[in-house]
Amino acid sequence: MRGKTTILAGVLALLAAGLFAGGSVQAAETAAKAGSIGPTIKIFKGDKCVRPTEDMRRNHMKYILHQRDETMHEGIRTETYQLTNCVDCHADPKTNSVLGKDGFCSSCHQYAAVTIDCFSCHSPSPEENGQPPKAAETAPSRLMNLMRLSADNARPREDQP
Amino acid sequence: MSLSRRQFIGIGGAAVAAAAAAPGLRLVELANARSPEEAATSLQRWGLLIDISKCNDCDVCVTACSTENGWYGHNRPATDPQWIRKVTLKDNQTGYVESLPVLCQHCEEPPCVDVCPTGASFKRADGIVLVDKHICIGCRYCMMACPYKARSFVHEDTTNQKPYAPRGKGTVESCTLCVHRVDAGRIPACVEACNKDGHQAMAFGDLNDKTSEISKRLASAPSTQLRPDLNLNTGVRYQGI
Repeated sequence: MRGKTTILAGVLALLAAGLFAGGSVQAAETAAKAGSIGPTIKIFKGDKCVRPTEDMRRNHMKYILHQRDETMHEGIRTETYQLTNCVDCHADPKTNSVLGKDGFCSSCHQYAAVTIDCFSCHSPSPEENGQPPKAAETAPSRLMNLMRLSADNARPREDQP
Repeated sequence: MSLSRRQFIGIGGAAVAAAAAAPGLRLVELANARSPEEAATSLQRWGLLIDISKCNDCDVCVTACSTENGWYGHNRPATDPQWIRKVTLKDNQTGYVESLPVLCQHCEEPPCVDVCPTGASFKRADGIVLVDKHICIGCRYCMMACPYKARSFVHEDTTNQKPYAPRGKGTVESCTLCVHRVDAGRIPACVEACNKDGHQAMAFGDLNDKTSEISKRLASAPSTQLRPDLNLNTGVRYQGI
């Protein structure tokens, strides 16, 4: 008898959990539609993604990670899952970036409470529209090179014949 | 099949243009180009030959590298990144001064790879020595191990990175031999700039291919590695030191 009660309680708990989960998913979708707290999803270029949307939502990180290692270590540079390919289509033409409040990458990751650090190294802007660095910073100045040379000469050097 | 006069001239013109453009283009493009799906293999070993006698007191190679890869200094010479730098050598007895660019020597036996605790510092199959910044923990052992002081640590937040040359604070970086260009069948930015400027002091190519320009030049004149005593078999060679 006690066993039966436990099972019944378990089933009830499962049902309740299911209902709750379903309800929250629905709530999230509604919220997204209403545009109140959901992520901003704006797509600026291209008809469709390299994979179906549902697949990309769940698995884009796996595709990018796989591509990352292949490119870095083996020099395989197929375009399909390249991060630059993501950025090319999804960068907002106004901000020229996938970051920012309504940026394609950052708005969704913020909503999902995921911290990504792709863009602490990678450029969030497509190449052709990339803002060039300030003139003063583009290249080390002549003066700085001279300073570097004197520093080099001052340090003990192994490459002197 | 008959061609109109206009068609005949059109086809003839195209053929002449192709014949004129082809020799220069094909030698470089076809020899180096690899399809994007293809992995780099040890059939090739990329190398660089620097002829010091043709190297002037200029810094186009340094500027070109900086522009291409998006690195720049903060007026702090001790810690600023330098993927390639000009070093002046002076013979104290005669007073003869010469200037040469020093960059990652892309060793066959790289000490930076030996000491890396995470495997971030690695050598690609085609001999290019790189840092996988995804797994670099910024310990800087490789910087200490490198006899050429070729590596830099990124001390500052980075901005305006190039899409093909990611760089970020807390990781070590160095010359990549412009790997993004090499994979596309092009030559490194420093070599291109030096040749464009008319100095012709740098040559890039496949050391395994005996018919390449670099191999021929190495075979026909004496050259040296920096610190040959270390037996690192560097991919960067110097002439006229």
